[in-house]
Amino acid sequence: MAGNAKQTHSGHRGLDMDEPLIFEQDAPGRTGVDLAEPPAVQDRLGGLARRGPVGLPGLSEPQVVRHFARLSRMNYAIDTGLYPLGSCTMKHNPRLNEKVARLPGLGDLHPMQPEETVQGAFELIDTLAHWIKTLTGMPAVAMSPAAGAHGELCGLMCIRAAHEAKGNPRARVLVPESAHGTNPATAAMCGYTVDAIPADDRGRVDLAAFEAKLGDDVAGVMLTNPNTCGLFENDIVKVADRIHEIGGYFYADGANFNAIVGRVRPGDLGIDAMHLNLHKTFSTPHGGGGPGSGPVVLSEALAPYAPVPFVVHGPDGFRLAEHAGGDAAKTFGRMKGFHGQMGMFIRALSYMLSHGSDGLRQVAEDAVLNANYVLARLQDVMSPAYPGPCMHEVLFDDHFLKDTGVSTLDFAKAMIDEGYHPMTVYFPLIVHGAMLVEPTETESKDSVDRFIDSLRYLAEKAKSGDTAFFEQAPELTPRRRLDETRAARSPVLRWQPPPAADAAE
Amino acid sequence: MSGTKFTEDHEWISVDGDVGTVGISDYAQEQLGDVVFVELPEVGRQLEKGGEAAVVESVKAASEIYAPASGEVTEINDSLEDAPATVNQSPFGDGWFFKIKLSDPDELDALMDEAAYKSFVEGLE
Repeated sequence: MAGNAKQTHSGHRGLDMDEPLIFEQDAPGRTGVDLAEPPAVQDRLGGLARRGPVGLPGLSEPQVVRHFARLSRMNYAIDTGLYPLGSCTMKHNPRLNEKVARLPGLGDLHPMQPEETVQGAFELIDTLAHWIKTLTGMPAVAMSPAAGAHGELCGLMCIRAAHEAKGNPRARVLVPESAHGTNPATAAMCGYTVDAIPADDRGRVDLAAFEAKLGDDVAGVMLTNPNTCGLFENDIVKVADRIHEIGGYFYADGANFNAIVGRVRPGDLGIDAMHLNLHKTFSTPHGGGGPGSGPVVLSEALAPYAPVPFVVHGPDGFRLAEHAGGDAAKTFGRMKGFHGQMGMFIRALSYMLSHGSDGLRQVAEDAVLNANYVLARLQDVMSPAYPGPCMHEVLFDDHFLKDTGVSTLDFAKAMIDEGYHPMTVYFPLIVHGAMLVEPTETESKDSVDRFIDSLRYLAEKAKSGDTAFFEQAPELTPRRRLDETRAARSPVLRWQPPPAADAAE
Repeated sequence: MSGTKFTEDHEWISVDGDVGTVGISDYAQEQLGDVVFVELPEVGRQLEKGGEAAVVESVKAASEIYAPASGEVTEINDSLEDAPATVNQSPFGDGWFFKIKLSDPDELDALMDEAAYKSFVEGLE
């Protein structure tokens, strides 16, 4: 134990309350409300009356309130501090979006209302679709996918449908090592063999290796741009040309579109499909704060296969194409109940309209500027995995920790004592001991400077040989370093009543 | 270890007659960190040289294990299911993954011997 880990009688650490599980606080018979004893009635349960305890803890209302209030204080969230997770884009959620989503005409919508009563909602979806198509330079968009990976699945199903329409679904999908992990998973789920393309020493797709893998059994390529190393794939136009030459399609993972909004239109680069994570690019809630949403833009070649339902501009207003046939003659079908994540559509459109096209461009520019500022101020004490400039996130490897006895994990744990959520660690896999930092555009220069100062302090501390400082971290948290190995090897997934209580029954 | 051959993906194969025993190298287990789960192929499955054969998951990452040579899986190391730490403790011994009946022993010629693998790993540092 660390020297300053003062033990207290209560187990609390000052105003940081230790909090047992809610089941451990059970006091049988205690409830939030006192009910009068029910009158005696004839038993009509036919022997089905409950015989044992129901297994829920008995607590008073203030106990329950305190339990959850105390747990929430152990949380780290974008609303409490800088959240530098790379590949995740933990940006601020403007409160304006929340206000708009709660307007009665939007908050009270029901997906089964008759079409003539929800023309405004259709117009909202259609307007958002217009903005997405304009920003990406693409002719069509499928709005219904429920999250990024769901969007990938939608795009790949369109690609498969397009190949099947020509009589051969083909067998292989090429996925670079610098792609998001969901890409190969999606291709496999669509029945394709995943063929990995290595990265070159610039952290980008190895074009020669890509070209060597092309063949008439290749259905398409999936490329994340900017990629997971936070770098722009400079050869993207060549990738598009080559894949089209062999009759394949180009799926772009748009998870990092927030770095290039207003600067680059993926449609100009020759892509056929790309999903957008509204929560990453257009500030809808993220990470347990709300559902994802992953609209997919489609090229002319893939648009006919888009899933139903979609909003159609009719002569008498808007309507939904909900079934195969008519406007949706070639659709691959339906992949989600109802019409997509309406609550996220509202927030994303609110974000777009409140920023305007110039504001969205500035968002991307500031995100890239902040990441490059982190790179510039840390490159003398930490080791960038690849030379800059980077896009919206900056990737370090563990070279600067070599021979210090401090690992990437130790470094991340020490950040917690500094009051920061660690950056993404050990991902992407192609970089040794990776540390991926994405400050986002919503942090001010002061805030980013304080964060950088903490990282500089830790990097110097590691190099000074103070390994004990890192091995013990985190010291200032409600729980100290957890045994991740034991947790993975012998997980305890649910609370069990103590054996003594069983015996007493 | 004299008859043991290594791949660039850090698998090893040790041949006895026409049966090869496959595992991962000491370098690989050290890079992975604490192994928490191992998924092995089914006995009888035909493996192709370079094709996916098994999955090893550590606290850091999940990685594929590729077949160092083609052949049919004849035996798997069931004990890894309950004791994945064996891969860390004894990568060249009790931490073996599976055995294959080699369909083309000549394939092994392209693999590295211990000395060549050692210098390969040093080149990665």
